[in-house]
Amino acid sequence: MRYLPQSPEEIRAMLDLLGLSRLEDLFASVPEEVRLKAPLDLPAAVPECDLLERFIGRSSRNRSLTCRPSFLGAGAYPHFVPSVVNHVLLRSEFYTAYTPYQPELAQGTLQAIFEFQTMMADLAGTDVCNASLYDGASAAAEAALLAVRVKKGRKVLVARSLHPAYREVVRTYLGRLDLEVEELPFGPDGRLDLAALRERSASGAAAVLLGQPNFFGVVEDVGAVASALPQGPERPLLAAVVTEALALALLEPPGRQGADVVCGEARSFGLPLGYGGPNLGFLAASKAYVRQMPGRLAGETKDRLGRRGFVLTLTTREQHIRREKATSNICTNQGLCMLAAVVYLALMGRKNLRELALRNLSKAEYLKARLREKGIEPLFSAPTFNEFAVSLRGTPKEASEALRKAQMVGGFDLSSPYPEFPRGYLLCATEQTPREAMDRAAEILGGLP
Amino acid sequence: MSRFLEEPLLFEKDRPGRVGVCLCTKDVPTADAEAHLGPLARKDLPARLPELSEVDVVRHFTRLSLMNYAVDYGLYPLGSCTMKYNPKVNEDVARLEGLANLHPLQDDRDAQGALEILWALQRALCAVSGMDACSLQPAAGAQGEFTGVQLIRAYHEDRGDRREVMLIPDSAHGTNPASSHMAGYRVEEIRSGADGCVDVEALRARMKPDVAGIMLTVPNTLGIFERNIREICEVVHAAGGQVYVDGANLNALLGITRPGDWGADVMHINLHKTFSTPHGGGGPGAGPVVCKAHLEPFLPRPVLTKEDGAFRWDHHRPKSIGKVHAFHGNFLVLVRALAYLETMGGEGLKAASQMAVLNANYLRARLRDHLALGFDGPTLHEVVFCDKGLPNGVTTLDLAKRLIDYGFHPPTVYFPLIVHGAIMVEPTETEPREELDRFVEAVKAILGEAASDPEKVKGAPHEAFRRRLDEVSAARNPVLTWTPR
Repeated sequence: MRYLPQSPEEIRAMLDLLGLSRLEDLFASVPEEVRLKAPLDLPAAVPECDLLERFIGRSSRNRSLTCRPSFLGAGAYPHFVPSVVNHVLLRSEFYTAYTPYQPELAQGTLQAIFEFQTMMADLAGTDVCNASLYDGASAAAEAALLAVRVKKGRKVLVARSLHPAYREVVRTYLGRLDLEVEELPFGPDGRLDLAALRERSASGAAAVLLGQPNFFGVVEDVGAVASALPQGPERPLLAAVVTEALALALLEPPGRQGADVVCGEARSFGLPLGYGGPNLGFLAASKAYVRQMPGRLAGETKDRLGRRGFVLTLTTREQHIRREKATSNICTNQGLCMLAAVVYLALMGRKNLRELALRNLSKAEYLKARLREKGIEPLFSAPTFNEFAVSLRGTPKEASEALRKAQMVGGFDLSSPYPEFPRGYLLCATEQTPREAMDRAAEILGGLP
Repeated sequence: MSRFLEEPLLFEKDRPGRVGVCLCTKDVPTADAEAHLGPLARKDLPARLPELSEVDVVRHFTRLSLMNYAVDYGLYPLGSCTMKYNPKVNEDVARLEGLANLHPLQDDRDAQGALEILWALQRALCAVSGMDACSLQPAAGAQGEFTGVQLIRAYHEDRGDRREVMLIPDSAHGTNPASSHMAGYRVEEIRSGADGCVDVEALRARMKPDVAGIMLTVPNTLGIFERNIREICEVVHAAGGQVYVDGANLNALLGITRPGDWGADVMHINLHKTFSTPHGGGGPGAGPVVCKAHLEPFLPRPVLTKEDGAFRWDHHRPKSIGKVHAFHGNFLVLVRALAYLETMGGEGLKAASQMAVLNANYLRARLRDHLALGFDGPTLHEVVFCDKGLPNGVTTLDLAKRLIDYGFHPPTVYFPLIVHGAIMVEPTETEPREELDRFVEAVKAILGEAASDPEKVKGAPHEAFRRRLDEVSAARNPVLTWTPR
């Protein structure tokens, strides 16, 4: 076996040193009654060439977005990833390293985390950002738990316009802690219903979770939401949950508009879709909450010679120190995904990231206009970023089938999470969506009976 | 010349006007952001995104990379972390277009290859663990624990049985109590016996109807196999409890013994430990959960099914605890794990566990006359030493830091908590004998220095990119972002 270096002679010599005659003797402490008598029921080992062939076969049985225009977003947005990102990720020094608990041997990872924290805090408009969480959904759940710790309240208000899967994960995380999760309706423009927010938050809530942009692609007025909250000690924490981080390059940062926490998904920064994972959850917040934050943080310090260096810090929040009193159980996070994001953002720079975001907006607006020409109107009037909801003429299923037949990937069927929109369809356009495909899609959707 | 170059932060290298990417060709008119978004448009550019050329960026991260230690460089003996070699072909496989560029919400008919991978992985993990069902959604070990404990909770509640306490041995990883707490349980610690194992009689006495279950790491963090594991399962079951096995140390047991056969009800498996997926400087990992049939109805939604040769996600799962991940878990990590499993086969996996245990016992035998053992009993894939007998006030931390100067990553230190000044060594199966010998010689040399020149050890590391860093002031006055001076 090529991953096991010891030769038979070396194994013999090592066993001799231990005074053992067979490898089986190493397991004398495993009681006979629980020893496995038969070999594992697994297929035989495969050599590298056959393995590759097998996986190429599996890969080709998928109809991926490569060379197939797509209008599917709904929390996972196709973006171009420059080659450099992958080449950096493939450096062994990064991907075969452990969590940087020994800072003298991990300054590369730690400096990258510090850079990530700085960049993300800027985009979010907050003081700090952590070094990643699993994904946007668990980040939303962690934001709710943070709020419950800070506010001691038992109720969490979640916008019904937040990503349905995120809402479900929030329920999974909070459901067994005797915390109440209540949903907030959206208004006819697709934005949070502020009257309902005023009413429900008046009776005491620990948090308000709001998508920005929300699941319908609608850009929320975070400032107006923040102003609608009760002020003073009764004020719940406002968490803006981002599913498309690229929007942050074009939108007023939620942290500057009154969000206490900005969290969500940053896979758009340099990671492939990967059938939905690995992702890049993050949680950014105002300084006031840093000691209640989940996940790792890197901080600047000095070494014995006074030189700048970085360490994981405020670790007394974490499970390996605080055990059941930790702010979260998270240990392994999404380190290498974070690295991808730092590399991506460093390549893009402030101007190009904004330009890319603008191009996403432009593409989506183009598609919106083409559909309008075919009589397909947006479902909501509020502005959107690179995704928007429409009311189809046919059913969403018919639409997706028709696009699939034309070798395209259709949008997201809104009718199942939102039964009040039986013809609701969510369409996304990014820099990866060619104009010609949008024209064709508009024809097809416009032609549905 | 030093191996290391000082490398400024990205923000200090910012040169406005430099360009690191060329955006794709424009084919639609540019929208007016101000007109479209009004006051919601960001007015300033994000100041902390630097402008750099592609070369600047590549150099920056290459220089950073050289400040890291890595498995591809040498022994990384972190106990309980299983820092084994990460096969290169798995990286290639995970980058195949049909896998990397697949959208998680695509029609099941267009993702059959991906679903086949997940199906095969679920089946393999059940075979290895002796369990009946699997969820691949949890993104890492701790989320797997959380999911598994939720399954236990849902199972009890479904039977109208409300229990409040989760028992956890004092040798457990911190994630165990943290995950149980997040699932709404009160955590009660149970003390290890003199042999490092669970005291069965004490457990029997504690197994009252308020106990939901027990979380056990097997072998435990001392590397010791719970010799009474079957009886423990019986005692817990007899009182209506469930047995959770933390699979963090599964690397010792592949093809040797299976938690499902002991009577365990549910476990998580760290694919980034046992199944060779890279640790990535802190993730992404994957923490699939496997369980017995009675817990299957509660698994996270959706569940993968196969009908007439076609795979499909089944979302209609009325008893499910709900989702723990937005989509299907860390898919590209799962792909790598299956590539490893298929490369190894059943016999290869067993050989891996045998060699992991051989390597650990070899180190133990060669070091035990120099370092005191934390517990004196047979151990499997890792060995824990303690700080007893370290001369001249030299501490575990000093020894660990001095190993850096000898070209090694230090072992896990000060864990498990029940061993004073613990030094926890897990070499894994992928270390050649001469690397182990080199480590032994380094430890012996450092112990010699500790006796003759203790200040040298206390001042270590001397040869790394940085000397010891001031963690206390970092925590006291946290500087977590860069600001211009």
